[in-house]
Amino acid sequence: MEAYLDNAATTKVYENVRNLMVEAMDVNFGNPSSMHMKGVDAEKYIKDAREIIASSMKVLPKEIVFTSGGTESNNMALIGTALANIRSGKHIITTKIEHPSVHNPLIALEDYGFRITFVDVDSNGRVKEQELLDAICDDTILVSIMYVNNEIGAKEDIPHLAKIVKEKKPDILFHTDAIQAFGKYKIYPKKENVDLMSVSGHKIHGPKGTGFLFVKDKVKIKSIIYGGGQQKGFRSGTENVPGIAGLGLAVKEFYEGYDEKIAHIYALKKHLIEGLQNMEDVQVNAIFEEKKDELSLEERIHMTAPHVVSASFAGIRAEVLLHALEDKGVYVSSGSACASNHPALSGTLQAIGLDKSLLDSTLRFSFSTHTTMEEVDYALEALRQIVPLLRRYTRK
Amino acid sequence: MYKAFLVKYAEIGLKGKNRYMFENALRDQIKFNLQNLGEFEVSKEQGRIFVEAVSEFDYEETVAALQKVFGIWGICPVVVIDNTEWENIEEAVGDYVDGYYKDKNITFKVDAKRGNKQYPMTSPEICVEMGSYLLKRFPEMKVDVHNPEARITVEVRNKAYVYSHVLKGPGGMPIGTAGKAMLLLSGGIDSPVAGYMIAKRGVTIEATYFHAPPYTSERAKQKVVDLAKIISAYTGPMKLHVVNFTDIQLYIYEKCPHEELTIIMRRYMMKIAEKIAADRNCLGLVTGESIGQVASQTMHSLAATNAVCNMPVYRPLIAFDKQDIIEVSEKIGTYETSIQPYEDCCTIFVAKHPVTRPVLKIIEKNEENLSEQIDELVRTAIATREVISIK
Repeated sequence: MEAYLDNAATTKVYENVRNLMVEAMDVNFGNPSSMHMKGVDAEKYIKDAREIIASSMKVLPKEIVFTSGGTESNNMALIGTALANIRSGKHIITTKIEHPSVHNPLIALEDYGFRITFVDVDSNGRVKEQELLDAICDDTILVSIMYVNNEIGAKEDIPHLAKIVKEKKPDILFHTDAIQAFGKYKIYPKKENVDLMSVSGHKIHGPKGTGFLFVKDKVKIKSIIYGGGQQKGFRSGTENVPGIAGLGLAVKEFYEGYDEKIAHIYALKKHLIEGLQNMEDVQVNAIFEEKKDELSLEERIHMTAPHVVSASFAGIRAEVLLHALEDKGVYVSSGSACASNHPALSGTLQAIGLDKSLLDSTLRFSFSTHTTMEEVDYALEALRQIVPLLRRYTRK
Repeated sequence: MYKAFLVKYAEIGLKGKNRYMFENALRDQIKFNLQNLGEFEVSKEQGRIFVEAVSEFDYEETVAALQKVFGIWGICPVVVIDNTEWENIEEAVGDYVDGYYKDKNITFKVDAKRGNKQYPMTSPEICVEMGSYLLKRFPEMKVDVHNPEARITVEVRNKAYVYSHVLKGPGGMPIGTAGKAMLLLSGGIDSPVAGYMIAKRGVTIEATYFHAPPYTSERAKQKVVDLAKIISAYTGPMKLHVVNFTDIQLYIYEKCPHEELTIIMRRYMMKIAEKIAADRNCLGLVTGESIGQVASQTMHSLAATNAVCNMPVYRPLIAFDKQDIIEVSEKIGTYETSIQPYEDCCTIFVAKHPVTRPVLKIIEKNEENLSEQIDELVRTAIATREVISIK
């Protein structure tokens, strides 16, 4: 048996999505910029996808810019805003737990004279509100806070944070990296005071190399990619027609039976956490343990994203446990898959104050609608076998 | 402008009756290294090897490939002149000199070889005529027949050939002329360099890698495969034996003092490598050890490790400093791969204070704790090894 519990890294493409993509490569393979019929046929895929996505978020089709994925969306939002506002201010606020595709563009902007403030989070990964408000200066142009953290599944209260930021300084632009949140929450950026929002296709059963940036109408940011003027000149380059078509259909499929899907994922999460908490010396992170006398586990996990569980296994190196699980067909991540090639320890886990000895002993389990209860049980059983075995052999 | 290469070899020129074996091995290795770069005619003649391109080829790539063939001392890029009428040869040689020697204020000498005895000029005549042509065309150049800065060789056969400068080859002896050895290959910096150095003496290499899943990852193994691939550009195709070492390692962990874990582990690695080596008709083992580099490479530790082997163990890096090893690894292109951060099986359980002066008697005594299962574990590890062909 296999248990693929690494859906925060990537998900399997829906079958219908794949079929539509094949059609867009085999049959309607035209360049959407071509003036002839082949171009028109190809353009239709983009138009359809744009409409599906826009209506799912209650925004205008023209507010969607297709990109090559989450990393490009984040770069476009951050660098594009910085370039557009270079005269009005050079201060940007973000958090200590952002994904590298937000963190690193901001570090790069420091070389061009921008000041970046990294706001702290609490032990559950929630942004410290007062610290955020205190960080706002006269020349703050942008606040960027992720919707859901990729390593621990912490969910920020974006509508609230965006509101208090704008109350203090109305002309600040608010960006959210919603790559782990889109499809897990119904997000309506305009109601939520969000100006810019990044989304990736392959986290919601769409294809890799796809994504979009929501840019609110009238919000002016500079393009970072120039060329033939596609997407109203904002993001040049021949559109990835099969990818965009697939992304649109993935969004549509995802919202069918949406509430049951989310309930199912939460049930998986609860089941895994209960199983983990019955094991010796295993700690589940960022699930509001300090409130366990007032709130049930059910209530507490609903304060976090449905699909991510972070757990620390004292005395075991994450990489070893990961490979031992892999040997039994259980696929998980150590920390975040995007960062796990670097030997540096996770910024998120440090920011939530995880005990130093556990930093290198933490795994991430993540689900999708395809994940079954049996897979979770299988993973728990594998852990029950492996963990005591690995604890017998440690570095002395 | 170059269409051919004259390959010069040094040491194999000293061999006696079996010299042809060395030349054939060199020719074969040249053919192997050039096989994907175009069509070449490779021929042996008069103490050198002549490589002539018969299709389009990329000059830089070809030189780089030849510079990886052990046994080559120097490579002369050769201009091939199809039309052998004397005026044409003169002009072509003049163009070559003009192109290669930007600064004409040099001394030179013309050497001539006349393979085509029907050619209407003798060798001395060719020298004189070519010399005076060059002096006329480039008045700044001066003749010096004893110690010239440029020695310009003109050969006349069916075609004419001209060359003068020599690019350095790697030296050493052609692969396949010295028997076979088993390299203990880890993912580190040293062992690929050790393999390269032994291969340079003409030794054919096979390699053994100890894999310890789940403690070492698939990517760590891939890294070793990548390293083997890089050195195979010098050594030719190679067999890589991947031995699953986990059970042995855990058994040692449970039964032996922790400070001796690494040294005992290394003794078993040597034993296993030697058994595979014998099975594969190897004449020795090769390691990347260097005195004092780590606890398991002190003189005492090396003696303790060495004690399990009957075969000679070749340690080409034994007196190298780390920095010197790194320089070679950068030169042969293994460094970037070696420093990828995947853990290898030597470091997983390494003790905080491993023994640095192991006493053989004590080690052997403690190894008696393993007697119950170790032979079976070793047999299984050898029998279940994976053999990967690196080409």
